[in-house]
Amino acid sequence: MTVFDLSSATLRDLNSALHAIADGANDTEFEVVNPRGSHAVAVGIAKPVSVEVHGSVGYYCAGMNDGGTVTVHGSAGPGVAENMMSGTVVIEGDASQYAGATGRGGLLVIKGNAASRCGISMKGIDIVVHGSIGHMSAFMGQSGHLVVLGDAGDALGDSLYEAKLFVRGTVKSLGADCIEKEMRPEHIAKLGELLDKAGVTDVRPEEFKRYGSARKLYNFNIDNADAY
Amino acid sequence: MCGIVGLFLKDRTLEPKLGDMLSDMLITMTDRGPDSAGIAIYGAASAKGTKLTIQSSAPETDFADLAQKLASSGIQADVTVKSTHAVIETEAAADEVRSFLTDKPSMRVMGVGDNVEIYKETGLPKDVVERFGVRAMGGTHGIGHTRMATESAVTTLGAHPFSTGPDQCLVHNGSLSNHNNLRRELVRGGMRFETENDSEVAAAYLTSEMAKGKDLGAALEGALGDLDGFFTFVVGTKSGFGVVRDPIACKPAVMAETDQYVAFGSEYRALVNLPGIETARVWEPEPATVYFWDHEKAA
Repeated sequence: MTVFDLSSATLRDLNSALHAIADGANDTEFEVVNPRGSHAVAVGIAKPVSVEVHGSVGYYCAGMNDGGTVTVHGSAGPGVAENMMSGTVVIEGDASQYAGATGRGGLLVIKGNAASRCGISMKGIDIVVHGSIGHMSAFMGQSGHLVVLGDAGDALGDSLYEAKLFVRGTVKSLGADCIEKEMRPEHIAKLGELLDKAGVTDVRPEEFKRYGSARKLYNFNIDNADAY
Repeated sequence: MCGIVGLFLKDRTLEPKLGDMLSDMLITMTDRGPDSAGIAIYGAASAKGTKLTIQSSAPETDFADLAQKLASSGIQADVTVKSTHAVIETEAAADEVRSFLTDKPSMRVMGVGDNVEIYKETGLPKDVVERFGVRAMGGTHGIGHTRMATESAVTTLGAHPFSTGPDQCLVHNGSLSNHNNLRRELVRGGMRFETENDSEVAAAYLTSEMAKGKDLGAALEGALGDLDGFFTFVVGTKSGFGVVRDPIACKPAVMAETDQYVAFGSEYRALVNLPGIETARVWEPEPATVYFWDHEKAA
């Protein structure tokens, strides 16, 4: 276990150490104390390391994570786990805007609430939010799953492609081309699996509604294909 | 970008430390905007009545014998010089001092009121705070700003906070898109502008709405409908403190509340040195939602 105290060590020390881990290394457990809202904590992890952050972080924590497990025992600022490739990021508190933006893989779990634009332009990431999410979430989401145990704000899933959205509470409004869709057995099964992975035990998949793209916008119309 | 901070004290024992706490919060936000910085402190009322904070581009000449010059114009006043700013405390009406200043263009009024003092200059927050001795200032509430200029020049007058009414001031992170038209309407309604800055228009809008009898909360509700653009505002009045974000809410904001204070920061980093922050209620203000606190209403 390597401990970085960010009241004395620099952010560069921490991130360089995380980037310098050799293939097959055994010493892969890290602890970060006194993050005090620092930006870019534990970004660019490319090995299966585990990082426990004790306190709240600022912008872009765990960005580009590829295979690491990062747990923040506090809240996260804007852009947490932005462009995650694989691995797991868990935020015990709340997350600010655009959590999990553009993520291509992995699992982001937010145990509190997420602000606006959660999962914007998601491309394969799975996001499970125990609380509620803000407006414009999953805007232009291309693939992956966004699961919300609470409520969703305005314009959920605006201009959605193929990302699948599951909301247990109310949706304030749906964005352009986003509609409620039937929950088929495969969706119940997938949702059950995601809730399991996110450590949610007291909620059944049947309590959720599914939302997805109506596929009516310009780019879905075959007659527009010859414009290129 | 810009960084904004605010601190509204509930616990009177913290009042002597207001300037110190607010200075730390503002300095932490330096990398959000290093062009200029400013701070408004609501301190003790002057025994004389009115306080005017004056800024000068030629303080050596303007502030030498300023009290005597005022006296010879029939205005009895105490003058406290702090670097490029001077605080004039007087029983005379603020407009008398403004008339005195009309033929002295190197001096500008930064703020007027019973309690507020406003200090702002180009430069880094740590230098601005040092220059005006902000750490030693006590008070009930205050707001601060560190600027990355977008809509107008990097000058002292373009720095925040903007004050357009007695004991009123505003700091802004964002940019407004309908400020030119709104400025014309406000000028027609009798408001006075010192700059071409968009944030000054927001301040004047709130002053104008409050002059119609609205409280700060109602004026901020109006701003949501009448101001177009990006904004997170933190606003101070004589006894009140308010926060509002536009409906898109892309300009960051974090708030913390304990039994001792309400605090605002563009980022959580600005709040980490506050007492009891570990157990404070910390939240992100909702889009298009007005938050305000008032010492008089609480009392």
